[in-house]
Amino acid sequence: MKIAKTAHELSDAIRRKELSSREAVEAALDSAQALDPSLRAYITLLPERARDRAKQLDDRIARGDSADSLGALAGIPVAVKDIFCLEGELTTCGSRILGNFRPPYSATVVNKLEAAGAIIIGKTNMDEFAMGSSCENSAFFPTRNPYDVTRVPGGSSGGSASTVGAGSVPIALGTDTGGSIREPASFCNIVGVKPTYGRVSRYGMIAFASSLDQAGPMTRDIRDAATTLQVMAGHDEMDSTSVDTPVPNYAAALRTDLAGVRIGIVTEFEDSIGRSDAAMAGLYKRAYADLERLGATLVEVHLPHAQYGLATYYLIAPAECSSNLARYDGARYGCRVNESGDVFTMFEHTREAGFGDEVKRRIILGTYALSAGYYDAYYVRAQKVRTLIKRDFDNAFAQCDAIACPAVSCPPFELGAKTQDPVAMYLMDYFTIPMSLAGIPALSVPAGYVNELPVGLQFAAPAFEEARMLGIAHAYEQATHHADQVAPKVLAGAAR
Amino acid sequence: MIETRLQFEAVIGLEVHVELATQSKMFCGCRNAFGAKPNTLTCPVCLGMPGTLPVINRRAVEYLCKTGLALDCAIAQFSKFDRKNYFYPDMPKNYQISQYDMPLTTGGVVPLASGKPVRLNRIHLEEDTGKNIHAGGHMAASEYTLIDYNRAGVPLMEIVSEPEIASPEEAEEYLVALKAVLSYIGVSDVKMHEGSLRCDANVSVRPRGATELGTKAEVKNMNSFRSVVRALRFEIERQTELLALGERVIQETRNWDDTRGITYSTRSKEQAHDYRYFPDPDLVPMTIDAQVIEAWRTELPELPLAKRDRLVREYGLSEYEAGILSEDRATADFFEQAARASSEAKQVANWMLGDIRRFLEKHEKTLATAAIKPEQLAELIALVKSGHISGKAAKEVCELLVTEGGDPRAIVQARGLAQVSDSAAVSQIVDEAIAGNQESVTAYKAGKAKALEFIVGQIMKASRGKANVDMVRALLKERLG
Repeated sequence: MKIAKTAHELSDAIRRKELSSREAVEAALDSAQALDPSLRAYITLLPERARDRAKQLDDRIARGDSADSLGALAGIPVAVKDIFCLEGELTTCGSRILGNFRPPYSATVVNKLEAAGAIIIGKTNMDEFAMGSSCENSAFFPTRNPYDVTRVPGGSSGGSASTVGAGSVPIALGTDTGGSIREPASFCNIVGVKPTYGRVSRYGMIAFASSLDQAGPMTRDIRDAATTLQVMAGHDEMDSTSVDTPVPNYAAALRTDLAGVRIGIVTEFEDSIGRSDAAMAGLYKRAYADLERLGATLVEVHLPHAQYGLATYYLIAPAECSSNLARYDGARYGCRVNESGDVFTMFEHTREAGFGDEVKRRIILGTYALSAGYYDAYYVRAQKVRTLIKRDFDNAFAQCDAIACPAVSCPPFELGAKTQDPVAMYLMDYFTIPMSLAGIPALSVPAGYVNELPVGLQFAAPAFEEARMLGIAHAYEQATHHADQVAPKVLAGAAR
Repeated sequence: MIETRLQFEAVIGLEVHVELATQSKMFCGCRNAFGAKPNTLTCPVCLGMPGTLPVINRRAVEYLCKTGLALDCAIAQFSKFDRKNYFYPDMPKNYQISQYDMPLTTGGVVPLASGKPVRLNRIHLEEDTGKNIHAGGHMAASEYTLIDYNRAGVPLMEIVSEPEIASPEEAEEYLVALKAVLSYIGVSDVKMHEGSLRCDANVSVRPRGATELGTKAEVKNMNSFRSVVRALRFEIERQTELLALGERVIQETRNWDDTRGITYSTRSKEQAHDYRYFPDPDLVPMTIDAQVIEAWRTELPELPLAKRDRLVREYGLSEYEAGILSEDRATADFFEQAARASSEAKQVANWMLGDIRRFLEKHEKTLATAAIKPEQLAELIALVKSGHISGKAAKEVCELLVTEGGDPRAIVQARGLAQVSDSAAVSQIVDEAIAGNQESVTAYKAGKAKALEFIVGQIMKASRGKANVDMVRALLKERLG
């Protein structure tokens, strides 16, 4: 059973001229609009812009340009997290403080996607400034999970995950700082890839924690993730942290067996999930067994410092965000609260009204961690632990080609379940944060269901080994086809 | 009281901010220029807009390192940028990208003309801020403030001296020496009035001979070398008086008020500022190859003090003359070109330090903006030497060269300034003068030497200054002798 087409399926149809770009875009817009009352995945839909561009593309195809010459994503409708600047269009980052912001430039990855022929149909909802794991920290409204609209889609890239999970678009862009692509991908039964830090340009992507933020694809399958990453990856002279190394051919690395592949199973992670949730632990055990059946050798590896990942992350990320978000002061763009008094009063009132609670919480945390007298004890210490975590992965990868581990500790939870307990929410990223701190690539791929709710399996690989990682995940996906086994309930609801 | 004051000594350290004369800004491609229409030299990056990222201007790093090499600093093989966090509306990101604990250079020395070396602590690279323009001039009194971000992101290097400067005059000497080096290597316009060179001073006073430093005040807002000297004199006086009275100096920031001639406490909370420095995660650390550093070293020009010594040696100038002529590279180059073209080095120096300087001031020009070329000065000197024009006429030609330039010979021709040196013509004028001034002739013959000068004066008047005065005098003596 197939709930929606992938980008490569749409692409084939467009190449064969069975489908026009306009038709693909209309179908995506129809679906997004029909599901919007239930899911609220979009902050902004861009129907006119999308139709114009689809028409231009169709005109070119009609004039005889081959779909191939128009780019790898020619005519494919995509959604973009509202963290990516899109020239002339509302770009809010899920925050009131940017509630009216229209950037005069586009993010590099957005430009790359459009240059490859992709048609952006809308900007998706997210936790404010990407701070959150449920999409409930959006300043505007929460997004819902297509598998159960009483549950969260995950976050912070919740809108992107929800709309891809519901089948409205085959591809969406997300960003991942501590798990913001992988956790919602797991919750919405899709593929989500966080590339190596430096693999993809951050220019035009609104910063949360600069040393951790990475953009990545959220797709219906691994093949589409490979194609999208191919388009996104590469050096950008506008981003000095983007690395100037060749981008391998990801599609060529997709494989269907795992003969000779050593998969590391992280002892500490298995202990943790075994203690907390038997159903989840059982699901992952079955996934590892599937890998073995495909020819992989399972190797026990250790990440002794991974348990400190969360604490480390919640010093480094807030520290960076406290500085990154200082620019939102009402002086130049975005919202301004200027009732009376001097410019500093304007700053205070603007920031008080413009930021939500979680953002304020992290700015305060980070300001504290960087303060004189605390800097060494918190920020510097956290950077040292970060180095140890990175070293743990180096040691692990000396024994295996890739790591397989849980993406999340539970299936999607109900709205409001964790909003009163920030630490419980932070714990959602327990299995994803260590890879973020180490800067290595990781992805989540559908791995089955617990109580009919989707759960993802995480793969991680050494830095810049996305090809290897995608190849292994592809073999697993093609052997299991978990994503196609349960349809999102929201589609049944919409049909009724 | 005066005796008490003599028991104290001042200790001054200077922080000099220098805008680097790169084509583009420190972290974006915007043009780096002074005086453009407000907010026309800006882009999303230097306006700190969401999602934008800085990219290091390599040329700025090169300029700073060359400055370091010229001042004998150690160039860091590994350096990084940090964020200095504080809220201020002229700073688009509300943090400044600067360098905290790993500056591009450490150590170094600025040799003063007197021979005293002032050691440097460090030179680091940062971005300049925008400019607040308060309606009404003062922030507190103004109804609104306009911000010009043209300057935001201009590369700025901060040169920090050790506290080794002993007097306001020495501080000026330091600034003159530093400015000379910077102008030589061409890394900055070093114009204090345009803000491309700015200076803050840390001033403290202590009992003479003490080894510990006294409590310092940081003096800001000094906009010329003269105001630096005045501000430091005032501040040292103020602190000395406090200490002499047994009172304490408060550590604070004080602004110089040029009109009132005083420093006053800014009462800012600056002391309480915690800048929360941390490494800028948007930039990767810099490693500078030793070979690149050596290449930069070979590109350095001859520096001011070396040039001064060579001018003394090669052209026989006094140390004073050579010192002034080598203060900036354009002047020194002008001198050397003119001296080579005329082989009258001493005359070239005299003209440059005398009349040319005067005419430049009168017409508010510099050698760079004036029309005169070294070859023209050489030619002018040759015209005087050959007796072609009088010294007086030469001054007139010189002023024209400064304002309009041109071929000195052609100017002399066009203005009819040529000196009459033809002996037949001169003797005719002399004979006419003798015939017309018999009274003076008689007086001279009677022994009144002054009378001869009267006749000379009459001749010069009659010839409208063009007669060769030496020839006139010699002929008169011959005829009347």
